[in-house]
Amino acid sequence: MSLKGKAYIVGAYEHPTRKAPDTSLAQLHAEVAKGALDDAGLTKNDVDGYFCASGDTPGLGGLSMIEYMGLNVRHIDATDTGGSSYLVHVGHALEAIAAGRCNVALITLAGRPRSEGMQTGTAPRMGNVQQPDVQFEFPYGPAIANMYAMVARRHMHEFGTTSEQLAWVKVAASHHAQYNPHAMLQKVVTVEDVVNSPMVADPLHRLDCCVISDGGGALVLAKPEIARSLARPKVKIIGVGEANKIQGGGLALDLTYSAGRRSGKAAFEMAGVTPADIRYASIYDSFTITVIVQLEDLGFCEKGAGGKFVADGNLISGIGRLPFNTDGGGLCSNHPGNRGGMTKIIEAVRQARGEAHPKVQVKNHDIVLAHGTGGSLGTRHVGATVILERE
Amino acid sequence: MSEKIYSTVPPTPGSEPYWEGAKAGKLLIKWCRDCSKPHHYPRGVCPHCLSTHLDWKQASGTGEIYSFSIMRAAKPVYVIAYVTLDEGVTMMTNIVDADFAGIKIGQKVKVVFKPSEDDGKLACFTPV
Ligand SMILES: [Zn+2]
Repeated sequence: MSLKGKAYIVGAYEHPTRKAPDTSLAQLHAEVAKGALDDAGLTKNDVDGYFCASGDTPGLGGLSMIEYMGLNVRHIDATDTGGSSYLVHVGHALEAIAAGRCNVALITLAGRPRSEGMQTGTAPRMGNVQQPDVQFEFPYGPAIANMYAMVARRHMHEFGTTSEQLAWVKVAASHHAQYNPHAMLQKVVTVEDVVNSPMVADPLHRLDCCVISDGGGALVLAKPEIARSLARPKVKIIGVGEANKIQGGGLALDLTYSAGRRSGKAAFEMAGVTPADIRYASIYDSFTITVIVQLEDLGFCEKGAGGKFVADGNLISGIGRLPFNTDGGGLCSNHPGNRGGMTKIIEAVRQARGEAHPKVQVKNHDIVLAHGTGGSLGTRHVGATVILERE
Repeated sequence: MSEKIYSTVPPTPGSEPYWEGAKAGKLLIKWCRDCSKPHHYPRGVCPHCLSTHLDWKQASGTGEIYSFSIMRAAKPVYVIAYVTLDEGVTMMTNIVDADFAGIKIGQKVKVVFKPSEDDGKLACFTPV
């Protein structure tokens, strides 16, 4: 049985805050839930399935949040794959709805790393000492930034990718962010601005890195009968894919590709479309290199050609062939909870509905894609891909 | 200038020989008796075949840089790297005792042990 079209995204909401020192993590989750339900035209009493990532949700799995929000559900999923969790949740919620395990699924994300003073990318985080890799990796100082920098360095070595090509990803994001009043960085930047910004983890500059922000987002998914009864534009889920990538016990370490190779293939096969059919893509942009590697793996260009593909404004709406992250993405708008998957789906939903900012809304398109990576491209991660169609 | 003391993470049951080896100046890697393959980081179970019939063997201690990054945002600056050992496994490490500006992918390196907390040693690499 194909899951294609068995559920719709009926509600989407992004918290406008970028810094929330006076709002609790639980309240942020609940506020985005309310926002997405209002957007859908549903109430909390309609929700019978709750999805969250255990890592950004206070309490055991989803249990505390379910009670905090006063929900009564019959399906719970607290799968945590880092920043790609919410893309994974869309696939899991689609499965649950198709199987009759729930009719209305709520997915929430929230986080306050900015208020908590977290040095997200530059301070190595140890994790649990029982995590089997920690004792053999943490002493060497693997921060997020230098792990992705090793991906960039290897990409440059094998394919001739340049810092200027990486910079074009940020330039495109900044062109979009100028129209987003909530974006943390609204100033349009140039390639020179990026390559002249301070080096964080060689070869990644400060402007190759995403922002650190508080905030959150939520989605509401529903079965087709319910979606058709609602007043909002119909955004059908036509393809989903999730996949992991490992290092093969140290014998197969290859930093030039990501799990998107497998998750994208699965999503495109389910949807029955190809990259050529996609006119808008939300691509997780923890760093500029992240976008280039994922675009290649999803098949928007050949492996190794990502640098050339993104150059010269090819990702800018109205100019390039593949407009991406028209809200400004993680590079300019926000990165709530250090987890970018949720906002990728939300902007893809805006684009599918025709509700993106008029200056960046992509015209004449029905099919959009959202993709993200959770964990680290430099070590172990899960990629997830979602393809949506405006009905 | 006093030498950097690396932080450590407590061993988990079964990993003690790796750290004892490091203290003695030996880089140990795990080999599987059933599938004959090495792996790293070391585990109690072979990631290639899930066998528990594993042996510690001393690695040659030489290899080449697969990729690296100079962490300019840190004080002091350090160089994280993946080094592919002659035995075929790639390990996360630091490049030390080197002119950072001259480090290159493909460069030959050899193991050198640096002090870590609790009188331990950590396997780092330096250009040969
Ligand atoms: Zn084996």
